[in-house]
Amino acid sequence: MMTTTTPPAPAGTESVPGPPVTRAARVRRRLNSPIATGASILIAVLWTVPTFGLFVSSFRPEDEIKTTGWWTAFSNPQFTLQNYQEVLFGRSASSGQLAGYFINSLVITIPSVLFPLAFAALAAYALAWMNFKGRDWIYIAVFALQIVPLQMALVPLLSFFSEGVSLGGIELMPAWNLDDEEKFVQVWFAHTCFALPVAVFLLHNFISQLPKDLMEAARVDGATHPKIFRSIVLPLIVPALAAFGIFQFLWVWNDLLVALIFAGGGSETAPLTVRLAELAGTRANEWQRLTSGAFISIVVPLIVFLSLQRFFVRGLLAGGVKG
Amino acid sequence: MEFADEAPKLLMLLYGLIAFAVVVGGLLVLLDVVPNWFARRREAALVAASAEGSAVAAGPRPRRRSVVNRPEGVLALFFLLPTLLLLAIGLVVPAVRTTVLSFMDGGSDNWVGLANYKWMFAQDEILGILTNTLIWVVLVPLVATTIGLVYAVLVDRARFESAAKALIFMPMAISFVGASIIWKFVYAYRSGEYDQIGLLNQVWVMVGGEPQQWLNNPPLNTLLLIVIMIWIQAGFAMVVLSAAIKAIPNDVVEAARLDGVNPWQMFWQITLPSIRPALIVVVVTVSIATLKVFDIVRTTTNGNFDTGVIANEMYNQAFRFGQTGQGSALAVFLFVLVIPIVIYQVRSLRKQREV
Repeated sequence: MMTTTTPPAPAGTESVPGPPVTRAARVRRRLNSPIATGASILIAVLWTVPTFGLFVSSFRPEDEIKTTGWWTAFSNPQFTLQNYQEVLFGRSASSGQLAGYFINSLVITIPSVLFPLAFAALAAYALAWMNFKGRDWIYIAVFALQIVPLQMALVPLLSFFSEGVSLGGIELMPAWNLDDEEKFVQVWFAHTCFALPVAVFLLHNFISQLPKDLMEAARVDGATHPKIFRSIVLPLIVPALAAFGIFQFLWVWNDLLVALIFAGGGSETAPLTVRLAELAGTRANEWQRLTSGAFISIVVPLIVFLSLQRFFVRGLLAGGVKG
Repeated sequence: MEFADEAPKLLMLLYGLIAFAVVVGGLLVLLDVVPNWFARRREAALVAASAEGSAVAAGPRPRRRSVVNRPEGVLALFFLLPTLLLLAIGLVVPAVRTTVLSFMDGGSDNWVGLANYKWMFAQDEILGILTNTLIWVVLVPLVATTIGLVYAVLVDRARFESAAKALIFMPMAISFVGASIIWKFVYAYRSGEYDQIGLLNQVWVMVGGEPQQWLNNPPLNTLLLIVIMIWIQAGFAMVVLSAAIKAIPNDVVEAARLDGVNPWQMFWQITLPSIRPALIVVVVTVSIATLKVFDIVRTTTNGNFDTGVIANEMYNQAFRFGQTGQGSALAVFLFVLVIPIVIYQVRSLRKQREV
């Protein structure tokens, strides 16, 4: 992708002697015209203001949020951490009690990232560098599964957990009958299954581009596939693993649908998103809780995203389409 | 927060991590053992063969394939096993089962033929939902891609390019639920005699309007929900397209400049054709995401006030009303809508691999 050479001097440095003021320079100046700058600033402001408003509001006292617009906070500044205290640790059932849900989100997310990462790396390696019949067909099938909507799998997968599998009256697989905290297992399982097609695709794109000479040299030296995978491939694909890891982290942390169905709404397993959606439905005017609660759910992915943005962008550019 | 309440959760996390270590570690060990076992068996066979070979001295030499091209089916199976097993249990079998369920009644006891599909196209309410989904799928990719493209072109090589991009890209990190709350706050309503707390109503009042309950008035409310999705997806479009623009070879751009094209022509005749593949990826990805939009509708209006979409209705039918058949039919319909995309993608993938 990095075929662009050093970008030509920006418009501001035109006085530097060099290429005379050609048409090219004129074009560049026109592109950097005030209208273009204005338009980009306008879009940037439109995109930022809603989040900024939520952020400011989350620090305002309850009666202020409910009676005046957040933009008045600058002429009449009153800020407090009370909303966060209340929504995270408050005792009353209506207060949110988000601290517990925050932990649920973490417990759901970590294994849901690790499992697909490991399984997909193995599969992607086999699909890229091993010889066997039907390799292309398996790859194409996995690729196509990316686009199948999750909705197609939800009802049967839930009954798989709650009723087991029986065929013609013979029980092939008993029900899992998971209660309370044990339901995390269901959520991990579902997230892992749903993530695999994208994960295999992204990692395959990366692994198949490793130099062929390297692989053949290792083979001729007598290294077995598992050895090549562990000692050559794994260290080389760390950036790709990071890219997919972030991708999957954001996806799982931000997911509502899978959690709603497989974790249920109880405080034992439901993640932040489920709780927030519930608060938004039942306490739609308690803005002091919604603003601070929403911000709590946003802050972790935002940190992950901003600190690892480079990897994430690389993952996106490798072309993942999540199903 | 009571620690006693949290301890079992953390214990589950610990179990999960142990399970991960055991499964993945075990798999790697197994993978080490299997090839050795094969090697030993091959050796044993060779020894046996050479023992016999002394008798049949001039027999044909055992066919040796090169190390690199030997088929490795059994070993590959071990690499692929977890993935294939999970995909079968988690996606393939359930998808087939959902298709079967869509021809059965709510309790999945009796066959009803096409009744669930007839229901879908006969109910005004469901037709409204299908129409809404269509509006979403047309507007979101179109507007999000356009805004992303325009922004990518505008900030390309500008002074604060990476900061400017991060601002637009940020919503990608925010959950749909979080985004919905952010925008619900923008659309918040208080009746006319009070100060407004929602930005949209404040602006509306400032230009002389009466405060509106924006999310309760169809068809405008669907458009306002679409705004949320556009807000999220434009960043994605912008990043992918921006990378594509940067990958256009410099000499092409320079040559065009020497020919004296103006920025407008440059955009339509050079930039746009060069980034066509990226543009297709963006439109396809955003369309698929939009088709399945669920969180936004559920968090803001829960599908009330004529804002429902297929994914939301599918959830309601299957998981709230216990109408498994109707819910499955909606899921299958969603799947049918993406089949052309699947075929297109598979075809372009195969073309890519043949090259």
